[in-house]
Amino acid sequence: MSVMASTAPRTAVRRASRRIKPARVILHGFLIAMVALWLFPLFWAVFASLRPYGDTVLHGYLSWPANGLSFINYQTVWTQAEIPYYYLNTLVIVIPGVIFTLLLASMVAFCCTQFSWRFNLIVLMLFTAGNLLPPQVIIVPLYWIYLNTPIAMLGSIDIGNFSFAIFSDNNLLYDQYIGVILIHVVFQTGFATFVLANYMKTITKEITESALVDGANVFRIWWSVILPLCRPALAAMATLLFTFMYNDFFWALVLLSHGNKRPITSALNNLQGEFLINYNLIAAGALLACLPPIIVYILLQRQFVAGLTLGSTKG
Amino acid sequence: MGDSRDAKRVRNRLALRDAALNLDLDLSRRDVLKIAGYGSLAAFIAACGGGTTTNTSITATGGKMSLGSYNTDPGSKAGTQAIVDAFAAANGGTKVTLNTVDHGTFQNQISSYLQGTPEDAFTWFSGHRMRFFASKGLATPINDVWDAVKSNYTAGFGASVKGDDGNVYAIPTDYYPWAIFYRKDVWAAHGYSIPADWDAFKALCQKMKGDGLIPIAFADKDGWPAQGTFDILNLRLNGYDFHTQLLTGKQKWTDPRVTAVYKKWSEITQYYSPAFAGLTWEQGADQLLRKQAGMYLLGLFVSDEFKASGSAADLDQLDFFPFPNVGSQYDAEKALDAPIDVYMLTKKSPTLSANLGQAKAFMEFVSKGSTQVLYWKSAPGSIPTANDADTSQFPALTKKAVQIVSGAQRITQYFDRDSRPDFSGPNGMQGFLLKFLSNPSGDTTSLQGQMQAFWDSLPPE
Amino acid sequence: MANTTTSLAPARAKKEPEAGALVIRRKRRYTLLTRHDRILIALMVGVPLTLDLLLIWGPTLASVGLSFTNWQNIGPITGKNWVGFKNYQFLFTGYTLFWPAFTHNLIWLAWLTLIATPLGMFFAVLLDREMRGTRIYQSVFFLPVVLSLVVVGFIWDLQFAPTDGFINNVLGTAKSANLIDWLGNPRINLFSVLIAASWRHIGYIMILYLAGLKSVDPSLREAAKVDGATEVRTFFNVVLPVMAPINVIIVVVTAIEALRAFDIAFIINQGKNGLELLSILIYNNSISEASLVGFGSAIAVILLLVSLVPIVAFLSRVMRTLA
Repeated sequence: MSVMASTAPRTAVRRASRRIKPARVILHGFLIAMVALWLFPLFWAVFASLRPYGDTVLHGYLSWPANGLSFINYQTVWTQAEIPYYYLNTLVIVIPGVIFTLLLASMVAFCCTQFSWRFNLIVLMLFTAGNLLPPQVIIVPLYWIYLNTPIAMLGSIDIGNFSFAIFSDNNLLYDQYIGVILIHVVFQTGFATFVLANYMKTITKEITESALVDGANVFRIWWSVILPLCRPALAAMATLLFTFMYNDFFWALVLLSHGNKRPITSALNNLQGEFLINYNLIAAGALLACLPPIIVYILLQRQFVAGLTLGSTKG
Repeated sequence: MGDSRDAKRVRNRLALRDAALNLDLDLSRRDVLKIAGYGSLAAFIAACGGGTTTNTSITATGGKMSLGSYNTDPGSKAGTQAIVDAFAAANGGTKVTLNTVDHGTFQNQISSYLQGTPEDAFTWFSGHRMRFFASKGLATPINDVWDAVKSNYTAGFGASVKGDDGNVYAIPTDYYPWAIFYRKDVWAAHGYSIPADWDAFKALCQKMKGDGLIPIAFADKDGWPAQGTFDILNLRLNGYDFHTQLLTGKQKWTDPRVTAVYKKWSEITQYYSPAFAGLTWEQGADQLLRKQAGMYLLGLFVSDEFKASGSAADLDQLDFFPFPNVGSQYDAEKALDAPIDVYMLTKKSPTLSANLGQAKAFMEFVSKGSTQVLYWKSAPGSIPTANDADTSQFPALTKKAVQIVSGAQRITQYFDRDSRPDFSGPNGMQGFLLKFLSNPSGDTTSLQGQMQAFWDSLPPE
Repeated sequence: MANTTTSLAPARAKKEPEAGALVIRRKRRYTLLTRHDRILIALMVGVPLTLDLLLIWGPTLASVGLSFTNWQNIGPITGKNWVGFKNYQFLFTGYTLFWPAFTHNLIWLAWLTLIATPLGMFFAVLLDREMRGTRIYQSVFFLPVVLSLVVVGFIWDLQFAPTDGFINNVLGTAKSANLIDWLGNPRINLFSVLIAASWRHIGYIMILYLAGLKSVDPSLREAAKVDGATEVRTFFNVVLPVMAPINVIIVVVTAIEALRAFDIAFIINQGKNGLELLSILIYNNSISEASLVGFGSAIAVILLLVSLVPIVAFLSRVMRTLA
C-alpha cells in the first residue's frame, strides 16, 4: 500500500513534467503578476531616489529626469550623512540584542518545556504577553526608570569617532547603547520564547533525561544538546529579530538623547530640516539602510520557513 | 504668569534648610531659581560663593561647554558648526561639544530632555513655550548676559526673551516673517498688482481663477500651515491682544470675534489648491514654482524649496507682499507672524555649574551681529536679529523681510509656539482647522464649541 | 549527586515511556535534578523573568497608576495630580477623537480579518507546493516586512499624492475636476493607509501560515489525493482542521496588529483628519511635546484592556498546546 502510494505520485509527477499543466501556467502567471504589483511601489521609490531633488521640484515625479538618472543622493547620504558610522551604531545595538535575546529565550523555553514545575505555564504566559503589549503603554515609566538607574562607568571602547561605553558614560542607563539593547532584549524575548518553546516541544524529553542521567548539568544540556537541535528555529528567529530590532526607531528615539548614538533608522531623521524635507535624499538613505535586513533574510532564507515550523515531524 | 508653585515650594524648603544650617544668606529670587537646580549641598554652597558677588566677570575663556541643537538640515547644521568654531577661536579655545538631534524629535522630547541630562545650552524658540519651561525652572535666567548685550536689540526682540517672572531667559538670534509670496514673472505676464485691501485681494483671486491659475496655493497635510492663515486673520480682525489671550485661554473660542475670523476665512477658501489636505507645504511651494499657483501665504522658508530646485532663475522671481488690510482698526498694528529662534541655558545640565562662564560667553557671542551673519551665510532663510548685523550682503528679498518686520508694531511667534502644544498639536487645533476647512462655509458654532471644550479639558499647565 | 543516587537506581529500572507512567515519570524527573541543577534552572528562568517584570510589567502597572493622574511629565508627581477617574470620564464622554479612533481600529481589524489575512493565507497555500521559484515568490512577498518605516511612508506618499502621485495620474484623476485626495479626504484615507498596511501584512501572514502548512503531515494530503479529492476540498476538509493551532495564532496576530497599528498612519500625517488610531492618540498625548502623560496613560490602559482579549485567547491556546 505504502509502496503504491509512494510510486503513484512519483509517476504522476513524471507525467506532469512532460506535459505542462495549464493550471500550473495560470498559477505562475498569477504569481508573476502579483510579484510585479508588489515590487512596483518599491521600484518607483528607487526611481525617485535616483533623481536629484531639484529635478522633481521642477518637473514632478512622473517625468523622466532632465539630466538622466544620478546617484547624487546616494553619494550625499554616504558622505555627508555619515551612513557608515550609523551602520556601526546599528550593529552595536542589534547584534548583541539578537544574541542575548536568543540566549535568554532559549533558556526560558528549555526550562519550561523540558521540565515541568508549578509555574511553568504562568512564566511562559508572562513572557509571551509582554511582547504583545503596545510599546506606547510602557514608554513614559520606562524613561524614568532609565533616568534613575545607576550604572557603573568602567571606561569605554573607542574606535575613531565612535565610542562604546562600558557600561555607561553618564552613570545612568539613559542615553546608553546598553539601555537600548536591554529594552530590545526584554521586549523581544517574549515572542522568541514562544516560537522556541513551540519548537522545543517537539524535542522529546528522553534526550534531556538521558543527558541528565549521564551526569550533565542543565546548563551543559542546554548549550550542547538542545541549542544545536534548535538550529533552524534559531536561524529563523535570528532573522526575524534582526529585522524587528533593526527597523525599530521608537526605542532609540526616546532612550537616546545624543544624535550621534542613534541607529540608522532613526538617524535618517537627521536628513530632515526644520521645514524642508528632501524626500529623494531620505529615500536614498532609507533604501541604503534597508539593505542589511534584506541580505540577512536572503542568507538565512533556507532555514527560515523550516525554523518557524510549529510542531514539525521528527527529522 | 507670576510665581510658579515649584519656585515657592523650593523657596520654602530652602528656608527650612537655612534655618537648620544657620546660613545667613540674602537669597534673591534669581538665586533661588539657580539653586533650585542643584542637587547637593556642596553645589549649593559653591553656588552661593559664585552667584551673588558682582566683582567677578560673568564669562570665562578656555575650558569647555556643550550645546544641544536641532539644526540638522545641511544649511543650518553648517551654520551652527561655523558658530561653534568661531566661538572656540574667539574665546580662548573653548571646546564645544555639539549634540545635534533632528528638529521634530528635539521638540517632541523637550520636556524629558530638559529634565534629564541636557547640554549646557540649547536651541529653542521664543513664545509661550519658552516662558513655560522658564516658569517650570528648567532654564537658567541670564539677566547679567542680557544687560551686557541688550543695546544691540530693538524693544520688540527685548520683549521676546523675558519669562513670566520678568527675568531674561534667552538670546534671540534669527527670525523669518510670514507673508504672501508670488512670482514676479507670472504677475507681470498677467498684469496683476499687489492688492491694497481685502476686496482687492478677493478680486485678484477671482481674476487669477479666470486666468487658469490656482489663486492661493494651500497645503495642509502637515496640519500646521493652516495656523498661519488663522493667525494673520485673527491678528488683523481682532488685534494682537485678543489673539495672544485667545491662544493662552484667557478668551473663549466660542467668542463671536472668533466666528468672524472663520467667516472671513471662508471667503477665500474657494480659491485654495484642490485636495490641499493631501499636499505637503513643499508640494504647495512647487505649485507656486511651476507657475500653477498665483500666491502662497507661508514663511520665508519657502525660498528653501525654490533654492532646492537648483534653478537660480526661479529663485530670482520670488517676491512677497504683506497680508492686505482687512478693514479693521487693527490693520494699523501691521501685526504678523515672525517666529524668533533663540539660544537658552538649561538648568539640569550636570556640567553647567562647571561651565557656567563659558556658557554665558557663548550666549554673549551669539548675540553679536557678526555671529548671526555667519550663521545666515549657511542658512539664508534665518534673518539676524542683532542691530549691528551687516545687512549690506542681504539679497533684496531678505532686505524686504527686514523692512516688513521692523515696520510691524506687533510680532507673534506662530500659533504652535504661542500656545500650549497639547492644544495646538495634531490631535488638537490642527485637526479642528482641517475639519473647518473641509466645510468652510458651514456653521462653525458647534466646531468652536468643541475647540473650547477641548481647551477646558486640558489640565492646568 | 550523593543524595540522589539512591533514587536513581530504582528510577532507571522504570524507564519505559508508557502513557500510564506519566505521573511517575514527572516525579522521577525532579529527582534526576541535583540542587545545582535546580539553582541553574532558577537562574535561567529567574534572570529573564526579573528583567521582564522590571522593564515591561512594572512600567505597565505604573502606566495604569498614571492614568489616574493629570501629571504632565514635569516635576514630581504629588497628591495634587490625583484626579481619579476624570481622565476616563473625559475620554468616553468629552474627547472628540476617542470614538473615531476606536472605530478606525475596528475598521482596521475588519479589513485585516476579511481581506489581508485571507489573502496572506491564500498566497501561502499557493506557494506550498513543489514548483520552481517558490522561494523567490516568498522573498518578494516578504520584502515589505523587512523594509523600514521611512521607506514605506515615502513609497506610499509617491503613490497616493493628489497631483504628483502615480495612482491619480494613471487613473486620470489628477485633474482638479475629479481629483481624488487619497490621503487628505477623511472618508477614504483610512483605506489608502490600509492598502499600504496590507502590503506588509500579507507577506507576514504568508510566512507564518507557510510555516504552519509545512508542518502538516504530507501523508494526510497524499491520502486525500488518492481518495480523489480536489485541491480545494483537500485544503478545507483535511488541511485546515489540522492547522487549528496555527489558525488561532494567525487570528491572534491579526488582532494584535490591528490594535497596535501605528506606523503608517503616523508617518503619513501624524494621525489626524481621519487617520486617528488609539496608539497614535497615546503617542500624541503622552510622548510628543504635549506631555499629557496622565491622559495618554488612560488611553493606553484602554488599549491594554482591549488587547488583553486576543492575548488571553492566545495564551489559553498556548496552555493547551504546551501542557
